[in-house]
Amino acid sequence: MAKVAGDIKSEQEQENMVNLLLDEKEIQVPASATVLEACKLAGINIPTLCHMDGLTPYGGCRICLVEIEGQPTLTASCVTPVREGMKIQTSSKKVREARKANLELLLSNHPLDCQLCDRNQSCELQDLAYEFGVRKIRFQGEQQHHEVDLSSPSVKRDLDRCILCGRCIRTCAEIQSVFAIDFANRGFESYISPSLGLPLGESVCINCGQCIHACPTGALSEVEHVEQVWDAINDPEKTVILQTAPAIRVSIGEPFGMPQGTISTGKMVASFRRLGFDYVFDTNFSADLTIIEEGTEFITRLTQGGKLPLITSCSPGWIKFMEHFYPELMENVSTCKSPQQMMGALVKTYFAQKIGVEAKDIVMASIMPCTAKKYECQRDEMKASGYQDVDYTLTTREAARMLREKGINLAEMPEEEFDDPLGISTGAAAVFGATGGVMEAALRTVYEKVTGETLPKLDFMDVRGIDGVKEAIVDVKGTPVRVAVSHGLGNARTLLDKVRAGDVAYHFIEIMACPGGCIGGGGQPIPTNLDVRMKRIEAIYNLDRSLPVRKSHDNPAIQKLYEDFLGEPNGEKAHHLLHTHYSCRDKM
Amino acid sequence: MLYRAHVLVEMTSNSIHLGASQVKERLEREIAQAGLSSEIKVLETGPLGGGVPSPFLMVYPDNVMYAPVHVSDIEEIVTEHLLKGRPVERLIAAGARPERKEGYFQPSPLAKEKRVVLRNSGLIDPGSIEDYIARDGYLALGKALSMTRQQVVDMIKDSGLLGRGGAGFPTGLKLEFTMKAAGDEKYVVCNADEGEPGTFKDRLILEGDPHSILEAMAICAYAVGADEGYIYIRAEYPESIRAVEKAIESATESGLLGDGILGSDFSFRAKIRQGAGAYICGEETSLLESIEGKRGEPRVKPPYPPQAGLWGKPTAINNVETLASIPPIILHGADWFKNIGTPTCPGTKVFTLTGNVNMLGLIEVPMGITLRELLYDVGGGIRGGREMKVVQTGGPSGGTMTPDMLDVPMAFDTLTQFNSALGSGALIVIDDSHCIVDVVKNFCEFFLHESCGKCTPCRIGNKRIVEILDRIQRGKGQENDLELLRILGENMKETSFCGLGQAAPNPLMKCLDYFREEFEKHVTEHLCDCQVCEMKPKRKKLSV
Repeated sequence: MAKVAGDIKSEQEQENMVNLLLDEKEIQVPASATVLEACKLAGINIPTLCHMDGLTPYGGCRICLVEIEGQPTLTASCVTPVREGMKIQTSSKKVREARKANLELLLSNHPLDCQLCDRNQSCELQDLAYEFGVRKIRFQGEQQHHEVDLSSPSVKRDLDRCILCGRCIRTCAEIQSVFAIDFANRGFESYISPSLGLPLGESVCINCGQCIHACPTGALSEVEHVEQVWDAINDPEKTVILQTAPAIRVSIGEPFGMPQGTISTGKMVASFRRLGFDYVFDTNFSADLTIIEEGTEFITRLTQGGKLPLITSCSPGWIKFMEHFYPELMENVSTCKSPQQMMGALVKTYFAQKIGVEAKDIVMASIMPCTAKKYECQRDEMKASGYQDVDYTLTTREAARMLREKGINLAEMPEEEFDDPLGISTGAAAVFGATGGVMEAALRTVYEKVTGETLPKLDFMDVRGIDGVKEAIVDVKGTPVRVAVSHGLGNARTLLDKVRAGDVAYHFIEIMACPGGCIGGGGQPIPTNLDVRMKRIEAIYNLDRSLPVRKSHDNPAIQKLYEDFLGEPNGEKAHHLLHTHYSCRDKM
Repeated sequence: MLYRAHVLVEMTSNSIHLGASQVKERLEREIAQAGLSSEIKVLETGPLGGGVPSPFLMVYPDNVMYAPVHVSDIEEIVTEHLLKGRPVERLIAAGARPERKEGYFQPSPLAKEKRVVLRNSGLIDPGSIEDYIARDGYLALGKALSMTRQQVVDMIKDSGLLGRGGAGFPTGLKLEFTMKAAGDEKYVVCNADEGEPGTFKDRLILEGDPHSILEAMAICAYAVGADEGYIYIRAEYPESIRAVEKAIESATESGLLGDGILGSDFSFRAKIRQGAGAYICGEETSLLESIEGKRGEPRVKPPYPPQAGLWGKPTAINNVETLASIPPIILHGADWFKNIGTPTCPGTKVFTLTGNVNMLGLIEVPMGITLRELLYDVGGGIRGGREMKVVQTGGPSGGTMTPDMLDVPMAFDTLTQFNSALGSGALIVIDDSHCIVDVVKNFCEFFLHESCGKCTPCRIGNKRIVEILDRIQRGKGQENDLELLRILGENMKETSFCGLGQAAPNPLMKCLDYFREEFEKHVTEHLCDCQVCEMKPKRKKLSV
């Protein structure tokens, strides 16, 4: 990962420093810094487009230009290391004119219909045009046109809005190690394409949507389910039920101006109830259920000699990644459906029975931090009731847009409770939203189930935090249970390659496709970066601490569900409704 | 077997197009029919350069050159000259090489020629390693192996050799940086992706004397501490690829490549990589990306290739012509080399003459020759007795020379002083019948086609420049178009990622300045004095 401001500061003590003259002012910065980082340390955030923290610097957009004395041309600050005695000008006439000219060139090949764009008001190109005072584009000419690619169930590609910064490509390659997309053609005719020119929906794209967070413009966005959900709400024949994922409650406030990392569970429930959903349930309930099912699966494999390590299955981006690139680990992956699908399956069977409505008349919608959930919900095998377990999946962004369309300001809503009985959950479910959360929740239950003793300390600090791969050994009554956690599929690949090579041995592995876990999902509000991820994670653990029940197996509603309906964990009914299977996919 | 005479047939990409294969075939048949097969040997050779028309035949030991030769001439040459000993006067070439004034050669236009890199071309069979060795081939490698690595580097440094690919960076320094870079695994690379329009010197060196490149690469590899090298040749040069493949094969068989060369503990292997037609891959870091199997896009510099090149390892990458200069430097010493050319830019330069000039082809001359000498003495003047308008040096990305620069010495440093560039040594001669807007647009279209698309100013800037020039040509120029062109050109030059984008507006900027009036006339009066641009306003359609 590239350095963030915090890292640079901590390096200052250990590292050689160099002296620079930045805009006539003397400063000292670490010798390893780039000019861009040096300027940031001095409080000047040089505008950029193709640069993104955490990715290899690219130097393509030519916006972050500065003037360095002695250099024959202007210099891209993002790719230029500092040198002792460097004299840098960041806002000379030459610099300002050049930045503006390049921005105008980009705009001359970009539609100027911001009102019609998914990224209106969250677009870096739009922001720069405003900040640079572009009022007219001097260089008019031909624009490139491409059909909008709607082939993917998750990610929409509108290449007319692409400025070829390559951030999506680098995210897909460097963070996710999926390599689904790259540049095609050359020069003015360059565009970004999946391999062999396939539509995205037929490529190895795993639908994680991290490319959307990387995109500075509206070239990439989610495939919308907004209209379908409105139609369902407005259809008097339908019972429309919503579930909200663990990671939504710590991010849905952001589009309404609430500080990043605010917990807004009650306001969220109140808002969506007013939007017109008949019932608002909590995916945290089915997260607790997942722990019972997956925990039982793990205990069985551990004590009766099944395939280990067991690998979690909550993250549909990871599942597709596994199907493409690690099919030999298929038997290691838990057969549990994800909490979203478990909830859908229960709503259309258990809850449908309870309220006396047929499954065909129920529309199950969800709000997910995730674009891959849109793909997961339409997988063929996800039809426990005979109908799709989940009909529509909204990202956090779409859900916020719907509230605003109706005129609901979430920030000003009262606090309300989820509906019964699928709205009761524990702290174990709450932490599902952060990397390491599923592992921690599972360990709380597995420990107590196996040992029959109460856990002395609920917090498993080793599996928390933002490190790419985390490991822990948990002593379960004399058995050292070795676990590992990874987030971001590049990290997962590192971990799995070691597992496959036999270099490491674990009993249980959690894999989340997105950096930071679900709170960093491809459907979350923009911006989602390291800083924002950290704040949302902090909120998740605060929420866990604040809840009276923090272990899934202590959830009274879950206990009742097994008594009244499911029978035994991993039993026949549970298997039919809550478990699934996977298929091999091509590597290309 | 001993032969009474040898006949060399020029076999190059160029001459094959002009019928060399048929000429050779016919020659062998006629010789056989005349019963001379045991007396006369037919051999292939590389290009001779110096404006000698292709294909040519060279008869040794008579030192008679026929050029150009047509299949229909062969019978007469065989019966008259080879059988009866009477050279066919009417077919003898006008040009000849100065050191061979005896015989039938006429006074030569090549008096200014000085052959260093083309020392063997046209004299030997490039397919024969024995021919190369007979002309001191691989002697320099042997000498280098008896020196220390530092001594080899120092000798090249002392020679003042500057990279001939276009940028003119000191070759010795490049080798020294690579030698001193940390790491056990290092590479040498030969850049033979000669894509600059109007340049074909590297092709002729590769086809005429491929072993000189292998020898030079081995010397560089020894100096920097590499045991592996790549020759990146554009796929459009099949004859070059064939020649180098054959040379690698025979050098390996002879133990001049491979393990323990010449009894030393130095090992070196060379491999060919073919380019796939992208001009940008001639840029060294894009070339390295391409060898690695990636999209040809320039890398961020620093780090430069001597620090982190091929697969991130220290790499010395040099142009074909640069490499071809190295064995003679090792053999004859740095002082010998410094005595050729100018004090700041020693050695020779191979120029390729194209366009509206009487004599087309390549010639190797000492650095510092003037454009006037090249055009009028070597090139025989502008075709049709017209005036020179511009000469584009080093291809579109090089410098634009106007008639006021005819007497500037041609060397890296002198041309830079005149805001021009020597570049690869291509000379595209354009006479005064050409419209400057048309000429400039042609160059700009080339860059539009070849821009890799990585950076904004080059990707979109080239497009906008061509669009504006296009409308000016159609009589639709707008009042501020020349100002827009200046801004776009200046911006590309100042802000592009790599040399391609930075150099692309060179012809535009120079010509906008020098031929301002001609541009203005196009824009304001919709007039093209050369009558090249179709300026006529569209006739109104008559209503039916």
